[in-house]
Amino acid sequence: MMQTVLAVTAVILTLAAAGAIIRIARGPSLLDRVLASDVLLAILGAALCIDMAVNRHLNNLMLLVALSVVGFIGSVTVARFVADRREQTHES
Amino acid sequence: MSPEVSVADNVIDTVSAVFMVVGALMSLAAAVGLLRFPDLLSRMHAATKPQVLGLFLLLAAIGLQMRTWWVWPVLLVAWIFQLLTVPVSAHMVGRSGYRTKHMHRELLRSDDLEAVVQKAAQSSRDGAAPQAPSPKSPADGGTPQ
Repeated sequence: MMQTVLAVTAVILTLAAAGAIIRIARGPSLLDRVLASDVLLAILGAALCIDMAVNRHLNNLMLLVALSVVGFIGSVTVARFVADRREQTHES
Repeated sequence: MSPEVSVADNVIDTVSAVFMVVGALMSLAAAVGLLRFPDLLSRMHAATKPQVLGLFLLLAAIGLQMRTWWVWPVLLVAWIFQLLTVPVSAHMVGRSGYRTKHMHRELLRSDDLEAVVQKAAQSSRDGAAPQAPSPKSPADGGTPQ
């Protein structure tokens, strides 16, 4: 049964990652791309979780926490960057 | 192994399989929402599903599959960490999206921030008007775009 679940979730996560990558490529603004890359990071974390659950190990748990830290720092940094740049172009 | 233990094993396996499939479907729902929703704020609504509920379901599936009690605090710490960081980054993205007007204002049913922004601009204009001779500079500094 676990192999069936692994196949089903692999197909679902592949479709989800494809949708997020399409939104990264097509996104009209930078913030849409940031949001879509955050979703892509969440999908990668979901893949790590499913690997741990199906194979019954905990090797990726620290990697999962590090992944959420990277997503947090990345989206906060880019959001600050967008706000600052737009304000400067408004003032000039 | 007694049959009761095997039945319980099957039940736990089934529950964790359902958790895994539903958690993966959360990611698919986020991707569909990213592709179909019209503007940034509604896409943010869709994007939070795999980050909180999807991660919770998948971590619960790990805890059920490991069959031990000591992993649950570790998984809870991982989930709480995600719960602490996701609202902050979503707040930053939404704030800069509001400021740079990356949204369809006609889709909003009510905008509570609009009144706050107007009031802050008004009060900074009133407070800075007596001491500043030129009316332009305090309005520029106090009006959030």
